[in-house]
Amino acid sequence: MAADFLDDYIEAVATALALPVEAAWKPAVKANLEVSLRLAGLVDEFLLPDETEPANVFTA
Amino acid sequence: MSLQPDPAKPAKADALSAAEIASAVQGGKVTALSFIEATLARIARHDALLNSFTDVTATRARAKARAIDSAIATGKNPGPLAGVPFAVKNLFDVQGLSTRAGSKINRELPPSARDASLIERMEAAGAVLVGALNMGEYAYDFTGENVHDGPSRNPHDVTRMTGGSSGGSGAAVGGGLVPLALGSDTNGSIRVPSSFCGIFGLKPTYGRLSRARSFPFVFSLDHLGPFARNVVDLALAYDATQGSDPDDAGCAMRPAEPIMPLLNQDTGALRIAIAGGYFQNNLFPEASEAVARLAKALGITRVVEIPEAARARAAAYVITTSEGASLHLDRLRQRPDDFDPAVRDRLLAGAMLPAPLVERAQKFRRWYRTQVLELFKSVDVMIAPATPCVAPKLGQTTFVLDGVELPVRANIGIHTQPISFVGLPVVAVPVPLEPMPIGVQIIAAPWREDIALRVAYALERAGAVCAPPPRGL
Repeated sequence: MAADFLDDYIEAVATALALPVEAAWKPAVKANLEVSLRLAGLVDEFLLPDETEPANVFTA
Repeated sequence: MSLQPDPAKPAKADALSAAEIASAVQGGKVTALSFIEATLARIARHDALLNSFTDVTATRARAKARAIDSAIATGKNPGPLAGVPFAVKNLFDVQGLSTRAGSKINRELPPSARDASLIERMEAAGAVLVGALNMGEYAYDFTGENVHDGPSRNPHDVTRMTGGSSGGSGAAVGGGLVPLALGSDTNGSIRVPSSFCGIFGLKPTYGRLSRARSFPFVFSLDHLGPFARNVVDLALAYDATQGSDPDDAGCAMRPAEPIMPLLNQDTGALRIAIAGGYFQNNLFPEASEAVARLAKALGITRVVEIPEAARARAAAYVITTSEGASLHLDRLRQRPDDFDPAVRDRLLAGAMLPAPLVERAQKFRRWYRTQVLELFKSVDVMIAPATPCVAPKLGQTTFVLDGVELPVRANIGIHTQPISFVGLPVVAVPVPLEPMPIGVQIIAAPWREDIALRVAYALERAGAVCAPPPRGL
């Protein structure tokens, strides 16, 4: 996701989640989101078998 | 050595170990109450500088100490931590206190009706809670700075960070105010303050110690554990707090496996290696020096590489920011101005991370765990830096490494995150470099805290690691 799209994305998700994001906060939110997406991309590009089980905590 | 504490002495001179205090109290040489009074006097004298305590539970502590002294007077054994003062990061529930978790918002919560499980276990072993400790807001922090309560300050140089988020725990133990403290570690929050404050810290295996009645951060990564000034004290606290707990869904149904009887076992047959690759990059010279010193002390040259550690760190970051945002979603909606702005902005960004990317991080975690467990078939222990540098200055936002300016906060935990990501037990051990100490991680396979603690103990006996007296007090 290109950073240019992030302003619109932040606006849209903030509206969808009813999160208040004031104009003064947006540069820092955007900077953090860029880091998160870059690191998530590093994980995303790593191919895993379809049957890989997520490692969330759960005990039936 | 005189075991009689003297509150008039500076912190460095009368900070007896937990084992020494318990021995003196059990033997009737010194009352628990006198140790608690000395501790309260030390806190009163030094904590204006260190800012490690947010609450001092003096009335409760004196009552508990009197109860211990009464038990001893009637021939009872109050336990292996008899009369030992300890304090807890302020995300632990303490009966009668609001669990603020470093925040402004949570201090409006009603007072806790019951202590956290680990406090109950420590006190069942005879320890005496003396207060709650400063921390980074909602544990989303590596610095020990807090905009609401002020920063905890490094006991070796009060112009420097303690590290976080268990910053008060690091300052209180590193400063000799208490011999034991409890903290939490999601991505490094026990190991980082241990490194910066020059003390020992244990992040146990994920699921080993109960988190019941502590304020969470990231359920799938949160651990609790002890800090101490020596390995025996660390092991005493660890043994006192072990055991399954139905009140924490993440706590494993395993019996306690006491380490104290094993601590002295020979480590000569253990296969110990240096973590290479990722863990040898992005280090200031002092971090490399600390690892080299321990490798020399252990007589090891073998290097092993933990596969995909950079990606593991990235996945830990993704899970942390997303789960943390989920936890705080309502507070972000209703009280955004009451957060530390830097924490708020990180959490808001975390709330916006697409769910498939978070799920992929959890799937990667499973894959990475398999690779790490495979590695432990040929090695028993790995050593790695705990932090890339000694404690930065308070307020410092960047440092220059290999000619590149990097943000401090984001880079302090780069060597701890890939380890806690799959819940490995780690003892952070202090290497007493001058002028500032720095820590090294002793990493073992899941559920083998015993091995990590034995290696730490061997290094301590060899003189390679120790908690230096507080140089800044």
